[in-house]
Amino acid sequence: MNLLGEFALWTALLVAGWSAILAFATRGPARDRAAASVRQAPHAIALCLWVAAVSFWKALFSHDFSVEYVYSYSSRNLPDYFLFAAFWAGQKGSLLFWALVLATFASIAQLVTSRRYHDLLPAVAGVTSVVTGFFVLVMLVGGANPFERLPFVPPDGRGLNPQLQNPGMVIHPPMLYLGYIGMTIPFAFAVAALMARRLDSGWIHAIRRWSLVSWLFLSVGITIGMWWAYVELGWGGYWAWDPVENASLLPWLTLTAFLHSVMVQEKRGMLKRWNLSLVIGSFLLAIFGTFLTRSGVIASVHSFTQSNVGYFFLGFLLVAGVLCYTLLYTRWPSLEPEATLDSLASREAAFLFNNLVLLGIAFSVLWGTLFPILSEAVRGTKISVGPPFFNRVNVPLGLLLLLLTGIGPLIAWRRASAANLSRQFTGPVVAGLVVALGLLLAGLRDGYALAALAIAGFVTGTVAQEFIRGVRARGRLYQEPALVALGRLIARNRRRYGGYLVHLAIVVYFVAFAGGAFKVAKEATLRVGEAIEIDSPFGHRYRLTHLGVSQYQSLNRRVSAATLEVRQDGVRVGTIKSEKRQHVDSFGQPTFQPSTEVGIRSNLREDLYVVFAGTVDGTERGSFAVTVHPLVWWVWAGGVLLVVGGLVTMWPGGPEMAPRARPAPTRVEPEGVAV
Amino acid sequence: MKAGHKFAIGALVIVAAIAALMYTGVKQTGVYFLTPTELLARTSADPSFHDVGLKVGAKVVPGTIKRDRASQRIEFAVSDGQNQFPVRYEGIVPDTFTDENDIEVIMSGKLGTDGVFHATEVLAKCGSRYESELDKLKQSA
Repeated sequence: MNLLGEFALWTALLVAGWSAILAFATRGPARDRAAASVRQAPHAIALCLWVAAVSFWKALFSHDFSVEYVYSYSSRNLPDYFLFAAFWAGQKGSLLFWALVLATFASIAQLVTSRRYHDLLPAVAGVTSVVTGFFVLVMLVGGANPFERLPFVPPDGRGLNPQLQNPGMVIHPPMLYLGYIGMTIPFAFAVAALMARRLDSGWIHAIRRWSLVSWLFLSVGITIGMWWAYVELGWGGYWAWDPVENASLLPWLTLTAFLHSVMVQEKRGMLKRWNLSLVIGSFLLAIFGTFLTRSGVIASVHSFTQSNVGYFFLGFLLVAGVLCYTLLYTRWPSLEPEATLDSLASREAAFLFNNLVLLGIAFSVLWGTLFPILSEAVRGTKISVGPPFFNRVNVPLGLLLLLLTGIGPLIAWRRASAANLSRQFTGPVVAGLVVALGLLLAGLRDGYALAALAIAGFVTGTVAQEFIRGVRARGRLYQEPALVALGRLIARNRRRYGGYLVHLAIVVYFVAFAGGAFKVAKEATLRVGEAIEIDSPFGHRYRLTHLGVSQYQSLNRRVSAATLEVRQDGVRVGTIKSEKRQHVDSFGQPTFQPSTEVGIRSNLREDLYVVFAGTVDGTERGSFAVTVHPLVWWVWAGGVLLVVGGLVTMWPGGPEMAPRARPAPTRVEPEGVAV
Repeated sequence: MKAGHKFAIGALVIVAAIAALMYTGVKQTGVYFLTPTELLARTSADPSFHDVGLKVGAKVVPGTIKRDRASQRIEFAVSDGQNQFPVRYEGIVPDTFTDENDIEVIMSGKLGTDGVFHATEVLAKCGSRYESELDKLKQSA
């Protein structure tokens, strides 16, 4: 099977190379003949990669430790779902996974794209083949062959790093990868449109759903990553501005910008160059993230082992960047905007500012991430910036963005009249002010948190107002009961109301982030019966009493579990347990460093988060770190709402292609050509 | 004035604000990230450098780790192959900080005039333990 897998990789490389030549190096009649052939290539490549992937899974599940990767990332006593996930636990396997997903997407893109854009598909196949081929090339000649053999067969593998032995490992990397890789398809369409000079808005329609899918996967992947870091890493937070986290945020920011600016192109024929730049940029940032996590140029807790693979990615990044932006430059004149901005008080302007802020955030995150390298290159000394820098720059920008989230969807296109503004925004502004006043009276004094929650109130007001008006209008028109009207309202205007749900999700995230400002943490070493007290920012006091440590064997690990009794203002509310785990191999020998299983008591207001840091000299005396982290639950709630909203937005079928009916018409109503 | 121009002005204001935030952000929150050799060179050249909070990336010298679990105090020496100095830290170190060889640490703190690095934060990463283990296996086979 291993030979078959390796053979399949070489075949994929050859097919990809051949397809690229046919797609880009043929001219005239030869090109037309080649087109049909090129369009089949992604299917062949996908087939090859599935053969390779199945072989690889087979090696993992059959404990074939003659394969170096299987030895390095699995063991006989690893549960099946982690054997499955060990596929992407290491550098080599994750490259294979990248290529596998990309090839699958490329194949699907050839099948599902509407007939109208079929003339773009040969070039799309060419681009996806080049990118897939590049990944396969890195595996085969870049020293990252997942099927590499050992000269002997070890009796057992080293096992999976315990920090990766979390349900997050099964879903987080695939989600993030689906997001990263999904961006290749819009990118391929953009390049194809540029090459074919088909620069009307056609290519944008062809990729709308693809860019939404990538965006959704990326959002979910990032959120699950936050959850995983939160429950696994034990420092009491979910976002540390680590370079690898930042690398996933960068393409998310540019893609979010694109999803908004593309609407301006659909409605007004503006921003064509900008949109192409964003699509290309998002793809390059995805590759950049891959480079960052794999090269070891920047120290990060998440990164793979340092290797030369990074230089391949750097090279690819530079070549692809230069080629794509040169191509864009040569097509510059045919990308004249069809309209200009009429007024600052317009949806176009709101979207432009939204893009500016998103790109500003992306730039500052990139800058901060690369600052150690930049400062060393320019001044000869490494200077690093951490969370204080990122928070300082991004909190105000984030708040501005949140404000635009409320303004953008409600303000009229072209030019908003004073009547439009007062009709749409009076209610929400009042809502925001009421929230601010209420919180001030409740004793909240943190400026940023106050602003965040007030703006959250404003945006929630805008969304609620839209839903209420929509439901009322349907009620009047069709005499529907409110719930039916709500369901139909969403179902008939999926893009619009799905978008509102996503915005609401973003609000929920911001509320959670505001809560993070009030985190409190304490450390203590406790004998059995001793207690630690910690004050919640909501005013009550927790008292945690150490009840003792129990030790037992479980599955593939030895566990020491410490249990604490939790009292809130003197009332017993339950217990909380945190574990120290030492994973062992099938011979009972310890593998890897010990790991911690955090104890969490979560409710709507706050999380009580306990880390058991180990016992003292073999006694039951234990060290603990306790954190009270307000509103963490809201991050996960925001994630769920975001998925719901995203799915509504992109759900296939339905009357979304029809001109959008506006239940709440405004006086200025020059709707552009609807999708 | 055209709307486009107004937007350009608004955009400039935002861009300038971002630039200012970033500039002051780096000024006020940026810290040196040094190797032990660089840090020792700087402190000997300029004693006021003892008071500067900074980050050091280095390897833990094997066999130097002393833990006092009751008070969560830990002492060890770090080195970059050329120079080394002792480190003192109070608090919970991450799981990745083990007593084995080849631990890379990134620490925040100050190098005191007593020659001890007083760390306020310790991050650790297991270095090439796995590779060396595999090489041993390969050689023995």
